Amino acid sequence: MSKAMLYDSTLCIGCRACESACSEKWGLPYDDRIAAEERLSAHKLTTVKTHGERFSRRLCMHCAEPGCVSVCPVGALQKTAAGPVVYDADKCIGCRYCLLACPFGTPSYEWNSTQPRVRKCDFCADRQRAGKPTACSEACPTQATISGERDAMLAEAKRRMAEKPGEYYPRIYGLEEVGGTSVFFLSAVPFEQLGLNTQLPDEPLPGLTWAAQSKIPSVASAGAVLLSGVYWITHRREEVRKQEGGEKS
Amino acid sequence: MSTLARRRSAFWTVVFGILAVAGIYGVVLRFTQGLGSSTNLSDKFPWGLWIGFDVMCGVGLAAGGFMMVATVHIFNLKRYKPVLRPAILTAFLGYLLVIAALLLDLGRPERIWHALIMWNPHSVMFEVAWCVMLYTAVLALEFVPAVFEKLGGEAPLRWLRAITVPLVILGVILSTLHQASIGSLYLIVPHKLHPLWYTPLLPVMFFLSAGCVGLAMTIFESWHSSRAFGKQLEVSLLNGLGRALAVLLSVYLALRFTDLAQRHELARILEPGIEAYFFALETALLLLPAVFLFLPSIRRRPGALYACAFMAILGFVTNRLNVSVTGMEAGSGTHYIPKWTEVAVTLGIIAAGFAIFRLAVKRLPIFEPVET
Ligand code: SF4
Ligand code: SF4
Repeated sequence: MSKAMLYDSTLCIGCRACESACSEKWGLPYDDRIAAEERLSAHKLTTVKTHGERFSRRLCMHCAEPGCVSVCPVGALQKTAAGPVVYDADKCIGCRYCLLACPFGTPSYEWNSTQPRVRKCDFCADRQRAGKPTACSEACPTQATISGERDAMLAEAKRRMAEKPGEYYPRIYGLEEVGGTSVFFLSAVPFEQLGLNTQLPDEPLPGLTWAAQSKIPSVASAGAVLLSGVYWITHRREEVRKQEGGEKS
Repeated sequence: MSTLARRRSAFWTVVFGILAVAGIYGVVLRFTQGLGSSTNLSDKFPWGLWIGFDVMCGVGLAAGGFMMVATVHIFNLKRYKPVLRPAILTAFLGYLLVIAALLLDLGRPERIWHALIMWNPHSVMFEVAWCVMLYTAVLALEFVPAVFEKLGGEAPLRWLRAITVPLVILGVILSTLHQASIGSLYLIVPHKLHPLWYTPLLPVMFFLSAGCVGLAMTIFESWHSSRAFGKQLEVSLLNGLGRALAVLLSVYLALRFTDLAQRHELARILEPGIEAYFFALETALLLLPAVFLFLPSIRRRPGALYACAFMAILGFVTNRLNVSVTGMEAGSGTHYIPKWTEVAVTLGIIAAGFAIFRLAVKRLPIFEPVET
């Protein structure tokens, strides 16, 4: 079964324990200055954003059909069956198409390195494989972030919404966006007030490219036939003309 | 050489020298400090001038090559032969520009070969990589006859002539796919690219507009070389190219506006804002030459024809920069203005292209009559 995460903004107290646990897991520096940077970057793979008195986490959404995976020319990004979208730095050529294509603005690049890598959350693929929760959900003191089986996460989200109907905006963010993700958001207010993009299409993005890309073989073969045909006709005409000219003279 | 001519050539030498120094500085900065210090790119705006101009326009410049090759070799319109070799040379240089820019822009250029063995056919970038490699090889083969004619070498020439037809067909198909797929690169960002440019027809739009700029470049460079080397082209030939450009531009613009209307986005051209202004600029630069070139009196005057072709080229460049920069800014939630080093490197590569073109034209039988 595939893994998922539930982030419940109504329970988040903005303590940033998730940020700190993530940095530790990746061996990245973490201090007050970095804690204050409320944006994803090559040295901060998850962050807690402040929106008035509410909080909203950011991390890779681990899309069901990720744009980043579909655009990577060398397959450095892969969607694993267990859910995590993982990155292989040894394959990456650094085209940064994944940064362009991600609908959630997730991946970051090591702009100041001469041997740069893409950096992004990998859903603690190793921990999840070992049956453990992600580092951030283990660190969360309020159950605002929890992780586990996808079905269990969805059931828990619905249970929380049913229990306190007045406290939740009646939708789960991540269920439909770009074909669904592995990170679900709950909120007291409409999601755009947490800075989330609510304009995303429901269909997975890779399909938009594939609609054109899949026509390549037929365009190529039709083109070859057509061009050979034109070539034959125009040159045959010339030959005929030459012969006729020759007979006349 | 007259004093004036000597002064002019000294002036250009100085300009090229400055561009070369600035460009080399940018390249050194890129490879010693990384992309962060040499560009204004960011996580929010990961593709800038090097992709939007050098790669996307460089590929477009090359379109003249496949169009002229198809005209002469496949459609058998032999009177266009005099512009065939210059067009192939431009295409070849355009592709070298693209490769140079890619090597600068990729974070790990030494791994460019990864695309050969690590496949992802779902990725447009994967297809672009393959088309660049294969088509550069085809162009090289289409271009070497000029070299062999100069150096002598009957056997390779005969061998090359034998494979001309399949080579030509392969080249035309590869570049069709490639021109189109540069547009397909942006199909994945409906949420970022402004609706004045985002359309499922992006690949078709890019293919048609590349066709326009291919013709425009062919006119542009033949006029340029005729001035520089005193080799005048036939008026009837230029006239034909001009008419073809007018028709193709009209087809492109008609499709562009039909598409906007069908997507119910036409009203956006009146929404004040940077997008609408740049759309207006792009459209004007393509529409004016389309209208003027339908007038025979314009087409008969080389100067006017040249001006129209140049406008169309500017319109094409504006379109590519609109897709890659103007139309992407709002959706990316940021502004991007290239850093001076990005501009310097770009100008440096263009200057190198011009210099190689002139050198090749001087030393090789490019503008000379050729027999098959
Ligand atoms: S959120 Fe972005 S980086 Fe993460 S899987 Fe989706 S497309 Fe990829
Ligand atoms: S930057 Fe690396 S991981 Fe991202 S699309 Fe390019 S090759 Fe793939």
